[in-house]
Amino acid sequence: MTTSETAARSRARTLLTRLEGPQTMGRGPAFWTVAALAVAAAAAYPLIADAWTVGNAAYFLIWTFMAMGLGVVWGYAGALSFGQTAFFGLAGYAYGVITLNLGAAYGLTLLALVLAVAIGGLFALIIGYFMFYGRIQGVFIGIVTLSVTLVLETFMAQTAGPQWRIGEARLNGFNGMSGMPPLTLPWFGGDIVLYPGPPLYYLLLGLVVICYLGLRIMLNSPFGNVLVAIRENPHRVGMLGYDVRLYQMLAFGIGGAFAALSGALYTAWGQYITPSSMGLTSAALPIVWVAVGGRRDITATLIGTLVVLAGFQTLTIYGSQYALVVMGVLLLVTVLAAPDGLVVATMTQMGRIFRSSKR
Amino acid sequence: MALFQSVFAMLYQFGDTFAFLVISCAGLAVIFGMMGVINLAHGEFIMCGAYVTVSAARAGLPLPLAILTGALVAGAVGMVVERLVIRHLYQRPLDSIIATWGISLIATQGVLIVLGSTMQGVGTPLGSIDVGGRSYSLYRLILMACALGLLGGLYLLFYHSRFGVIARATIQKPQMAHALGVNTGRMYGLTFGLGAALAGLAGGLYAPTMTMVPTMGATFIVESFVTVVVGGADIFLGAAPAAAILALIKAGLTAWYGQLFGQIGLLVTVILVIRILPGGLSGWLKGTTR
Repeated sequence: MTTSETAARSRARTLLTRLEGPQTMGRGPAFWTVAALAVAAAAAYPLIADAWTVGNAAYFLIWTFMAMGLGVVWGYAGALSFGQTAFFGLAGYAYGVITLNLGAAYGLTLLALVLAVAIGGLFALIIGYFMFYGRIQGVFIGIVTLSVTLVLETFMAQTAGPQWRIGEARLNGFNGMSGMPPLTLPWFGGDIVLYPGPPLYYLLLGLVVICYLGLRIMLNSPFGNVLVAIRENPHRVGMLGYDVRLYQMLAFGIGGAFAALSGALYTAWGQYITPSSMGLTSAALPIVWVAVGGRRDITATLIGTLVVLAGFQTLTIYGSQYALVVMGVLLLVTVLAAPDGLVVATMTQMGRIFRSSKR
Repeated sequence: MALFQSVFAMLYQFGDTFAFLVISCAGLAVIFGMMGVINLAHGEFIMCGAYVTVSAARAGLPLPLAILTGALVAGAVGMVVERLVIRHLYQRPLDSIIATWGISLIATQGVLIVLGSTMQGVGTPLGSIDVGGRSYSLYRLILMACALGLLGGLYLLFYHSRFGVIARATIQKPQMAHALGVNTGRMYGLTFGLGAALAGLAGGLYAPTMTMVPTMGATFIVESFVTVVVGGADIFLGAAPAAAILALIKAGLTAWYGQLFGQIGLLVTVILVIRILPGGLSGWLKGTTR
């Protein structure tokens, strides 16, 4: 064995140890093999499905960012935010306003995406500053964030009329904005316009994998461990010399930035954004995904979100008015019967079965 | 005379907002202040009260009795919900928010499926009175009186009745109250029922002035939450003065800049208040008097 090979191996092992830790479920070669197979299957999906279905799958992937962000804020840092949709909607509108003003040439849509995420994240930091430095806790965080998103909805809904415009972009009140360009990659010999379909799907799949792995590293880092410690006992963490408020604010900002990423991508995907994306019903959905999947584990959050979204869409085909009732029932059942989330319960159960079969 | 006119108009606007805030937040404040549970289905209890009130009124019951029926039905529903769901979640306040949100989704959508997207309401009764050339709704003036009456009634109930003493004892030291022979489970159930009944009362009182749609609860929810957050856990030291201050801000901003700025002003106030007074007004008042 040469030295360079050993070095490469040890580097791979360090990377793996960073991805694993007490704050995330799943470790060892078995887990990573399954994960790699899942990504490979997802990558092969466009080969067997038609373009519309792939565009629809891309739609599911868009929401996972907001869910993972909420998982960090609620599941790991212990601050239940009802208002992730505020950052979602703000970033969606920001993407619309910026692209309608700048156009789609020279990769400016990507700049708009980055700016929209930055705006959403910054807004979350500001709200987080007032909440956490005001030392409000527990249920009040939920109320304040909910009020923020509902007021934003009311504000955007009344922006009808020509006086509500930012540059070229009309805000259009209740009907929302539309007609903004989708994400466009500058490329030699013509731009690639990412309409819903396989190319956009691959871009989003790549983003999901990067964000998932990045969050795993973050959550198992000292930062993530402090977040979990704050969730378990904020006073003790404060006694140990950490600034609890700063950590909570940063976690809230990260969660807000992830919601903003979802919002900007959603606007780019469907080329429209409406105030109702910040309404009460929309605000409920991320809570449902994260609660049902399992909020205390990022893998469970990701799987749960995709499963619930797919289930929700199937239900909508058979009767859209019953879908929300089923969601409500699902929430109640989860909270009463499996408070850690259904995916986490299943994963723990499976882990137990594997372990007992080894014996 | 012109001065009197505009002063009366301002007072009316202020009183109207104050009444709305007090009446719509009372149920939420009782449940939160007494049990520490944030009831996100608050709006749906309001909706329940409003629907029952309108149905009863259209079946021929006089309006005051119909409103009372609405409050009682909402209260009964609240006690059932407490027994089935909330009771299991007292140790987990965050989960109780999620659970009540689930209930709220089921209720809104269930009503939409069963009763359709809208329901014929009853008109605002009592007509209007003329003050200096402008007309004001008499019913809304009565609502202001109701808000004051409600605060008085709750004060008597919690500070000058046997139920109030036991309820406050249960809230302060549940184990001690239990050891002294209080059925704490029943007290929690009754308190939650009372909060739900107050929400139903709010729905009933405002039913004649609103369009009856399953999502009508949402119009109350922001204002009532904001009032409770600014007020803190105590309804008399907190919610009542908070409602007065917020009404002043909202009425002023609405009069000068329009409806939207009234609402944004509320939000900004909330964010500033939680930064300066984390315990809300009641926490601050208690802190200074102690």
